[in-house]
Amino acid sequence: MMETSVELEEQIKRWRSYVARKQAISASDVDELEDHLREQVVDLRGIGLDDGEAFLVAITRLGNVDAVSREYARVHANRLWKQLALVPEGDDETVRNGTARRELAVALVAAVGAGLAVRVGMSLVGDGMRLALSLGLLVFPFVAAYLGWKRRLTSRPAVAMVALYIALAVALWVYPFSPNGVIGLLAALHAPVVLWLLVGIAYVGGQWRSDSRRMDFVRFTGELAVYYALLGLGGGVLLGLTAGALSLVGIDFGPWLVNWVLPFAMPGALVVAAWLVEAKQNVVENIAPVLTRVFTPLTTVMLVVLLIVLAAAGGVIDVDRQVLILMDAILVLVLSLLLYSISARDTTAPPGLFDGLQLVLVVASLAVDAVMLAAMLTRIAEFGWSANKVAALGLNILLLVHLVGIAWLTTSFLRSRRPFAALERWQTRYLPLYGLWAAVVVVAFGPVFGFA
Amino acid sequence: MRFDKDLVAASATPLVLGILSEGDLYGYAIHKRIEELSAGRMQWTDGMLYPLLHRLERLGYVSSSWGTSEAGRRRKHYAITSSGRAVLADRHEQWTVVADALRQVWQPPERRATPLAGWA
Repeated sequence: MMETSVELEEQIKRWRSYVARKQAISASDVDELEDHLREQVVDLRGIGLDDGEAFLVAITRLGNVDAVSREYARVHANRLWKQLALVPEGDDETVRNGTARRELAVALVAAVGAGLAVRVGMSLVGDGMRLALSLGLLVFPFVAAYLGWKRRLTSRPAVAMVALYIALAVALWVYPFSPNGVIGLLAALHAPVVLWLLVGIAYVGGQWRSDSRRMDFVRFTGELAVYYALLGLGGGVLLGLTAGALSLVGIDFGPWLVNWVLPFAMPGALVVAAWLVEAKQNVVENIAPVLTRVFTPLTTVMLVVLLIVLAAAGGVIDVDRQVLILMDAILVLVLSLLLYSISARDTTAPPGLFDGLQLVLVVASLAVDAVMLAAMLTRIAEFGWSANKVAALGLNILLLVHLVGIAWLTTSFLRSRRPFAALERWQTRYLPLYGLWAAVVVVAFGPVFGFA
Repeated sequence: MRFDKDLVAASATPLVLGILSEGDLYGYAIHKRIEELSAGRMQWTDGMLYPLLHRLERLGYVSSSWGTSEAGRRRKHYAITSSGRAVLADRHEQWTVVADALRQVWQPPERRATPLAGWA
């Protein structure tokens, strides 16, 4: 073997990174081609060429990279589809040092642990209010442990996370929530929001001040929702078929399902979904922009129809509480959609038609929110304050400020006054407020409004 | 000499399988052997050899394994499988027929082994 010069190594490195960008050519294929290239260079130098000449002749003989890549694509057509490999196979680096398998093992242990915790929790506290208040607390440690392990969470953020978790757990467990009370229900609804924010601490590996890490957590959440829905659909079909088949022989699958299958499957699927998102992030990233492009116009249409119906019904003063809560849910959905599409957007792309569409969606949801706020204030003026109304109003004001900010920043972005990053930063800075508000509802509402 | 693409495509499989039937080799060595056998007259784009090898592997005619070169780089070695040998035997027969027919076409008519009776 002849010595190869630094310059030649540099050229080969550049060539490698160029070839590696071709999707049809895998990393080990590049290794194989590089071996060929190097052998060829050595032979060519043997007949008197210098490094530069030998390299040039060798890559020329190797052929046009596009044409070769097309040949690879014909053999490995599947490579053009990004494959979601559960555990990467072959000669991937993570396989050789065993990381991939270890991660799968950790995730599976965490999934089973979460299922066990919920099952044990069920048999200890029954299935009433206590369980509703505890569900999040039972599942959280396993999701957080998996992500914290994955991110090698350092001790300081870990301690902060655990301390906040314990504080929340104490509030949820010590407060004497009445079994059928509103306050308990509100706490049970808001606790998961706080817990999810704590999961965020584990996810960002303690760098909770970083805007881009927070945005990653938003992406993670969106992708997790998609994976969880997919797992849920698949699991639902499977369970439905099982129940159908068992009913043919006269076995009632219902109690089994409720007592054993779901307590394990639902929390377990959450951990598995988290692992799936981690295992291959770019698969869903491809679908996120498409999903948001499909659902942004559809949601706008829905909101406009809603406004028309509300107007035709002659005001919303008389609508009952359920409608208001439902509307809050719709706005949360709209915001999730906006967040999802903002997180999936290329920050550097210039303003386009879709950004305009998004602004229409924001304006429509602001209109709906204005109607709702008016209705809610009327109710409060008429019937006075209650915990329910304060919770709904607080969430509504949070949503309103958030949406106004988005509308304002989207407009400036469309008029090229501000970069898209400003809009992104607004999301990442604002989101923790939801957690704070949820924490207020969980911790302060009981003492303020009583635990009835 | 540059060869017609279709001819390369048709001849590459038996050529590669034939070379591998003499012993296991890695990509560049197969390439060199082809040059040697054709005395350097048969040249194709080097990069195309690998998709071909992968196709043969996918069809089960060859198997591959990763090893290390004398310089310590990762190197993929290919070996012919038994179904590869069967295909090679098949192709051998077919090519013999083609080569025979072609040889007769290349020869001037009066020296053909079997005169075209009835046409004279």
